[in-house]
Amino acid sequence: MLRAALFFTLLSPALLLVWQLLTHRLGANPVEALTHETGKWALICLLVSLSHTPLKNLFNWKKVMRYRRMTGLYAYFYVCLHFCIYWVFDQSLSLAYVWDDILDRPYITLGFCAWLLLTPLAITSTKNMRRRLGHRWLSLHKLIYVIGILAIAHYIWLIRADYAEVVIYTLWLALVLGHRLYLFALKDPIRH
Amino acid sequence: MPPSRPRFPLIPKHPQYGYSEHQVTDENLYLSRRKFMSTGMYAGAAALAGYLPQWAHAKTTPWQAKITSAPRTKEHKEALTRLGDVTTYNNFYELGTAKTDPADRASALSTDPWHIVVEGECAKPGKFTLEDILKPHAFEERIYKLRCVEAWSMIIPWTGFPLADLLKRFEPTSDAKYVAFETLYDKSRPLPGQRRSTISWPYREGLRIDEAMNPLTFMAVGLYGKELPNQNGAPIRLVVPWKYGFKSIKSIVKIRFSKTEPKTSWNMIAPNEYGFYSNVNPEVSHPRWSQKRERRIGEFFKAPTEMFNGYAADVAHMYKNMDLKKLY
Repeated sequence: MLRAALFFTLLSPALLLVWQLLTHRLGANPVEALTHETGKWALICLLVSLSHTPLKNLFNWKKVMRYRRMTGLYAYFYVCLHFCIYWVFDQSLSLAYVWDDILDRPYITLGFCAWLLLTPLAITSTKNMRRRLGHRWLSLHKLIYVIGILAIAHYIWLIRADYAEVVIYTLWLALVLGHRLYLFALKDPIRH
Repeated sequence: MPPSRPRFPLIPKHPQYGYSEHQVTDENLYLSRRKFMSTGMYAGAAALAGYLPQWAHAKTTPWQAKITSAPRTKEHKEALTRLGDVTTYNNFYELGTAKTDPADRASALSTDPWHIVVEGECAKPGKFTLEDILKPHAFEERIYKLRCVEAWSMIIPWTGFPLADLLKRFEPTSDAKYVAFETLYDKSRPLPGQRRSTISWPYREGLRIDEAMNPLTFMAVGLYGKELPNQNGAPIRLVVPWKYGFKSIKSIVKIRFSKTEPKTSWNMIAPNEYGFYSNVNPEVSHPRWSQKRERRIGEFFKAPTEMFNGYAADVAHMYKNMDLKKLY
């Protein structure tokens, strides 16, 4: 029940965007709106997935861990949409344009790296893969800390004047990563 | 009304475009009703009273007739951007940083009365009313392409007069090498976007005197045959079509002739990204946007960007001895 509710909650931003696109509610520059919104929801899903461990540890809410994989995969889903919109409408489906952009613009480089690094995590998210990789699965999935930092840096770097919104996401990331650092400093075995 | 481009080529037209002009609610009525519904209802009698004078004057100023009858003197090869897109997708940080903020908060900007201070290296400085500024000029309509540094562009019919004609009235001296402009900023009564220091207020821009005197450089008071809406820089703004949009300063309150290159807002924020010249140049990249291509507002895919935004024939001579990769 909770799982289904979460599934549709996380899907709803995408459905809303499709509806807004078809009814001309995305403003004068719909491509820009789609790019910004999918990027924002990718980041939010990523931050939510990183919040599972602190929630479990601080509130002893063990069941929350059951939903971590779904939010993580939603982050990947929104990143893929984000990239596809950029690839199709900003770069006219040209890989050469995309490559030039990756080389020219540091924030594109960071965003692209975050997407690349997230791909093996999405692929190895199944129970079967987790069993096969054993303890290496945990080490691999610690990449999500790096991806979180890359994603925030990607966002900060593209802003030209108004940092109001990104401050919230940055604080959120600082809290969820800070929690892990704190446990690490206490030499507590970090429980995932 | 000139024909406007269809919204999206792939998706059927929105049915509202099927209506003819006389069936459409007057824009002022529509906007004032929206303002009443969104603000008036909640803000109470005091706030409501604050908006009443704006309804009363309802934009029937003496120069509306002059704007309507202005002859078109410059065409453009591409279709016009929809009026609704031109008035709802704006960068005007005085009213907020989101593209829709300027239209949503347009009523916060009061344009009546309006004064422009002229100072610096000229024989006839002073403080002028908008009426003083506009009266001697015959208006014309020009269709220009506006290219934003954010890699989008619009095709817009502006009504106004050449900046050169205005500047000559103040008799600039031989020391007037540059012209600086400012947008309004009242510390005691800031506009909604000015309560935060996203940029250092007031907004400043400037041109070299030969750029200011170029026949293309235009002072606009009208858009699509009507007075400029507040979000587009009412009551009077600059339009410099071969430069990125931010050079075309909105809602001008000050003009200063100076010996030295004036400080300009975006250059002050990030000098490595925004030069004083900011000519549209597909060869000079920006850290956030490749300038090689641009998206026409109303289209999904991008089109190639032209040197000097397509106005090279009229302006390239002003930069012939300059390295535009360094002096971007």
